[in-house]
Amino acid sequence: MNIIVPIKQVPDLVEELEIDSSGKSLDQSSLKMKLSEFDDHALEEALILKEESGATVTAIAFDSEDVDKILFTAAAKGADKIIKVTGLENPSSHQAAQALAQVIKAMPHDLVMTGVQAVDDRDGQLAVLLAHYLGVPHVSVVTSVKVNGQNAVVSKEYGAGLVAEYEVKLPMVVGVQAARQSPRYVPVAKVRQTMKTATLEEVAATNITASTGSSIKKVSKPESGAGAEMIEGSAEEQASKIIQLLKDKGIK
Amino acid sequence: MSNHVFVIAEHIKGKFDDITFEMLGKGKELASSLGGELVAVLIGNNVKSMAAQLSAASKVICVESPQLENFSPEAHSKTVSAVVNAHKPKLVMTGYTSMGMEIGPAVSVDNSMSLVSFVSNVTASGGSVTAVSRLYGGKINVESQLEGEGFIVGMLPGSSPADLGRAAGTPSIEDFAAPDLSNLSIKFRQLIEPEDGDVDITTQDILVSVGRGIQSDENLPIVNELAAKLGGAVSCSRPLVDSKWMSKTRQVGKSGLKVKPKLYLALGISGAPEHIEGMKDAGLIIAVNSDPKAPIFDYAQYGVVGDIFDIIPALTGKL
Repeated sequence: MNIIVPIKQVPDLVEELEIDSSGKSLDQSSLKMKLSEFDDHALEEALILKEESGATVTAIAFDSEDVDKILFTAAAKGADKIIKVTGLENPSSHQAAQALAQVIKAMPHDLVMTGVQAVDDRDGQLAVLLAHYLGVPHVSVVTSVKVNGQNAVVSKEYGAGLVAEYEVKLPMVVGVQAARQSPRYVPVAKVRQTMKTATLEEVAATNITASTGSSIKKVSKPESGAGAEMIEGSAEEQASKIIQLLKDKGIK
Repeated sequence: MSNHVFVIAEHIKGKFDDITFEMLGKGKELASSLGGELVAVLIGNNVKSMAAQLSAASKVICVESPQLENFSPEAHSKTVSAVVNAHKPKLVMTGYTSMGMEIGPAVSVDNSMSLVSFVSNVTASGGSVTAVSRLYGGKINVESQLEGEGFIVGMLPGSSPADLGRAAGTPSIEDFAAPDLSNLSIKFRQLIEPEDGDVDITTQDILVSVGRGIQSDENLPIVNELAAKLGGAVSCSRPLVDSKWMSKTRQVGKSGLKVKPKLYLALGISGAPEHIEGMKDAGLIIAVNSDPKAPIFDYAQYGVVGDIFDIIPALTGKL
């Protein structure tokens, strides 16, 4: 079985996000990038399947600064192949889907697993777009994948803990919400070791015609703290004020 | 090409989800600005009797088939694509929900229509449509001007009042023949209900809710202690469940539960749109976060910028 896992980097939201002078995009130089957490879960679920049934896992990402690091990290965690797609920087979801479909069509693929969403998905989520460019079925918001011959059994989450189970003919694309277990950790030393031994393949994206069908007019920060009255002071003072507040409101 | 606004109604186990009425309310305003009609699309098997609840729309397009009995990412996407292709509406509204996320991107590719997701607001004037997306965990708003002929928006639940879209009456119903659904790759197997047995966080008056700021499951005992002192229960945001630190039954938000306690004490929760969806209607929201710009402070009535590892023991010590 061949599992392809498209992964990408997104800004680390712990850091301050700055808007550039055009007012239409984030200041790229101020961003600290990290692997999108949902893609980390997709990779984890793929590696669990590999351990269960002996699959070949390929992680694939678009070329960008420091992308080699997330690909080598994927290899250090257990991905068998790593591929960098060149010629398309910061693609929109539609462009990424069309380009990945080209690359994946040329490879053996049974399961394509990627994160259910990313924090910067303005024009839709990759999994379903990619499934349509590939012409294969999709199930998104998935928390478990089991493979049974030519079929996969996937669990799709609705709200309030309700889950729908589907049986799907392979190949298919899965949008992973969460893996069955927490994504594994790999020490930096092992990643460095992998950088010396693993091969990073490169494939060029060509003739990408897809577009988002929209243009960005303005990027802004929502007025922060607009609603909240801020409680000042030391931690002890703040705690006392909170408790007074609960008494005043008849809660405690 | 029409100026109509189509709302893809979402229902499960015979009941419409609130997002359906939220979209109908917003859609009514947009249809009026665009000079078109508001149309609801109702898909299922033997669902026509539910159409009366969609009376905010001037028309309900009803597609029925045994293959559409249960939601299927494949059958439902194909059906919406066929309806959209036949009617060419100006704007299609889906939920940014588990169901809508399967439909919007599919219809976008099938019909070459623009798509914007994470949408909290849509405005239309002079035929031009603008959508605001809450990206980067709710930290950045991005305004998109939609281009081309037809647009799809994925609406974040809770971004528009549902009451505006609730109306009783007898809308006109138009039957639409389901597309060929004979050769599907996806088979629905079953709906699995959540396990019982844990505390029901939806009935608690006081919730002490923790997020990523807790850093490790080893830090959870101090939160349990605070909740016990307050006489409430502990709930959490999604990352804690994904990390298997807390059970799914304690999760607040989009893929978890919607809660309405008298007090929601949010500790180390930044306030991504998916979380806000589950708790914004709480009576009193108090948020503690080390990031003064955390979106949670937009929804809290009271905020504390500080370290939860200082505030939690301070609170517990005073109770």
